[in-house]
Amino acid sequence: MDTWSRFLDTFFKPELIRQYLPSIAAGTVTTIEIAFAIVVTGILLGLVLAVLRTFRILPVNMMLVACVDIMRALPPIVLVLLVYFGLPNIGINVPSFAVLWIVLSLVLAAFAEEILWAGILSVPKGQWESARSTGFGLFSTLIYIVLPQAVRLTVPPLTNRTLAITKNTALGTVIGVPEILNQATTGQSFSGNATPLMMGAIAYVILFIPVVALGRFLETRFRWSRA
Amino acid sequence: MEALLNQFFNLDIMARALPLVLTGLKQTLLLCIVVIPLGLAGGLLVALLSLVPWRVFRWATILAIDFFRAVPPLVLLIFVYSGLPFAGIRLTPLAAVAVAFLLNNSSYYGEVYRAGIESVGRGQWDAARSTGLTLTQTLRNVVLPQAIRNVLPDLISNTVEVVKLTSLASVIALPELLYSADMARSLTFNTSPIVLAAGFYLLMLWPLVRLVSRLERRIAS
Amino acid sequence: MTGPILDIRGLRKSFGHVEVLRGIDLAVKPQELVFIIGPSGSGKSTLLRCCNRLEEPNAGTILVDGVDLMDRRTNINAMRRHIGMVFQSFNLYPHLSALSNVSLALRKVVKKSRAEAEALALTALERVGLREKAKSYPSELSGGQQQRVAIARALALEPTIMLFDEPTSALDPELVGSVLGVMRELKQDGMTMLVVSHEMRFARDAADRVIFMDHGLIVEEAPPSQIFTSPREPRTRTFIAELTR
Repeated sequence: MDTWSRFLDTFFKPELIRQYLPSIAAGTVTTIEIAFAIVVTGILLGLVLAVLRTFRILPVNMMLVACVDIMRALPPIVLVLLVYFGLPNIGINVPSFAVLWIVLSLVLAAFAEEILWAGILSVPKGQWESARSTGFGLFSTLIYIVLPQAVRLTVPPLTNRTLAITKNTALGTVIGVPEILNQATTGQSFSGNATPLMMGAIAYVILFIPVVALGRFLETRFRWSRA
Repeated sequence: MEALLNQFFNLDIMARALPLVLTGLKQTLLLCIVVIPLGLAGGLLVALLSLVPWRVFRWATILAIDFFRAVPPLVLLIFVYSGLPFAGIRLTPLAAVAVAFLLNNSSYYGEVYRAGIESVGRGQWDAARSTGLTLTQTLRNVVLPQAIRNVLPDLISNTVEVVKLTSLASVIALPELLYSADMARSLTFNTSPIVLAAGFYLLMLWPLVRLVSRLERRIAS
Repeated sequence: MTGPILDIRGLRKSFGHVEVLRGIDLAVKPQELVFIIGPSGSGKSTLLRCCNRLEEPNAGTILVDGVDLMDRRTNINAMRRHIGMVFQSFNLYPHLSALSNVSLALRKVVKKSRAEAEALALTALERVGLREKAKSYPSELSGGQQQRVAIARALALEPTIMLFDEPTSALDPELVGSVLGVMRELKQDGMTMLVVSHEMRFARDAADRVIFMDHGLIVEEAPPSQIFTSPREPRTRTFIAELTR
């Protein structure tokens, strides 16, 4: 057998592709579902926290910054294991997909808060002042004047960060969430062949390359408009 | 409340787990020493390749960068560690981590460097070239020092991510910080060792996270 | 009689479909100060940038001190050292002190030791009257001072000709004088200079020859006394009239 066909046989074996396509597809659906849930809750929570921070209530902000920092400094897998093994021991049972969803939402919320807060800060003081002087309240100034400007500035970094965190859904495999990587490694150990793993990798690429491309597009677009 | 403290902040168990966790910490630091310089160097190479004026070449580099940014690092790691042996390439856990993270980190660092290089104005190149500096000299003495300074927050923040990534090595049984803490957890049926490990991660990374926030704010204002 | 320091023949340059230089012939003699004027988009700056191949010409020859810049065997980096260039936006290296800005090429291109390079750099800074600013960083200097450091940076390499690309256009009016003063001194010391600028008074006082360019061609060249008072070509006349109105 020549090298090429041996390569194909190791990573792209047709009958294994056929055999494992359904489970990889199911894993892909699971990954998409969890990723979607994480993006929605994570960014919303991050937005709420960033808005909360603009009220500048000292004890609240100190707590908030501390929590956000911890979420940014700890590896997500540490948090996943902490929650997954810790909660049942104190009598709280959470299904593993929910552990993944909650942990990664919190991590995304922390990063989103930080990015949005930087965006809010970048809006010049004059914008606040002119809005307040025309009778807008603090909250409506935020909603109508400041956030639209802040969001524009934060879209590219937020996109990239969201991508990086949703990719962490692969951590689900460690706690038995049947997402892509889990299906792929299971397939690999049953078939004794790297084809399922290759399929998993390809599934991720198909899933996330558009987001990478979107991030790249947004980066160049927003850079031009700033120049 | 007591159950919570006992489960997560059991000082007794933490003290017993400490020696094991410390050996793990040593492995994590070793991993950082291997992985961070590799990523920094690989990233620089990637950034330079993505600036080559030959279009096909540049697109190929960008495609490769995007590919490795799209694949989750854990997938890459498991592929290198347990997928490649099927093709006859067998790596030790350390080597697998080094290879997988080199691919992943070079892409991320590469993007950071590239943004930095692009942030240096064309006039700097003109001035340097007009005094006779070669391309390499211009890069090394004029463009890169400015580029790196411009993207320093991103470089540090990416390095924080790289240190966090090393925890994934636990999945392929490399006995680093998280792996040894998890081992202690399974021996004691108590989560406190993982909290202890988390404490060490915080100790290493919190100062950097703070630093990044401050640097970013200074640049924004 | 010695030959020209800079000898340009049949120079052409296009960007995409736009031909910016459409056949330029120009010779600059030793110690001559040649001034180039013309409306924006006439190709003045491109012409200057071709003289050290910051822009790659499409056709033509450029001889500097008898060396063909377009020849493959010519070491362009070695030649650039002898062709000083000063930019509109100064382009000082913001991460280096004034002294390091001036000494960098001396060390890396001319391969002088640090001590030697810094001594030469100090001399160059002295010539532009900024010896005491050697330790300052560009951000700590005024625009006029920055431009003088930029001149020192070119000067330190002992160029045989210096190219000035609108050296005062980015400066506040009150800072223009100091830069022109330095250029005037250079002229007195016998430097050969090719200057693109809108400083017509300076042209009238200091230039040996003024060249009017339009649409990528040299329309007219004459001594300043003649071109400013009695231009031959109608296009030159319109341009000068606009400027002096």
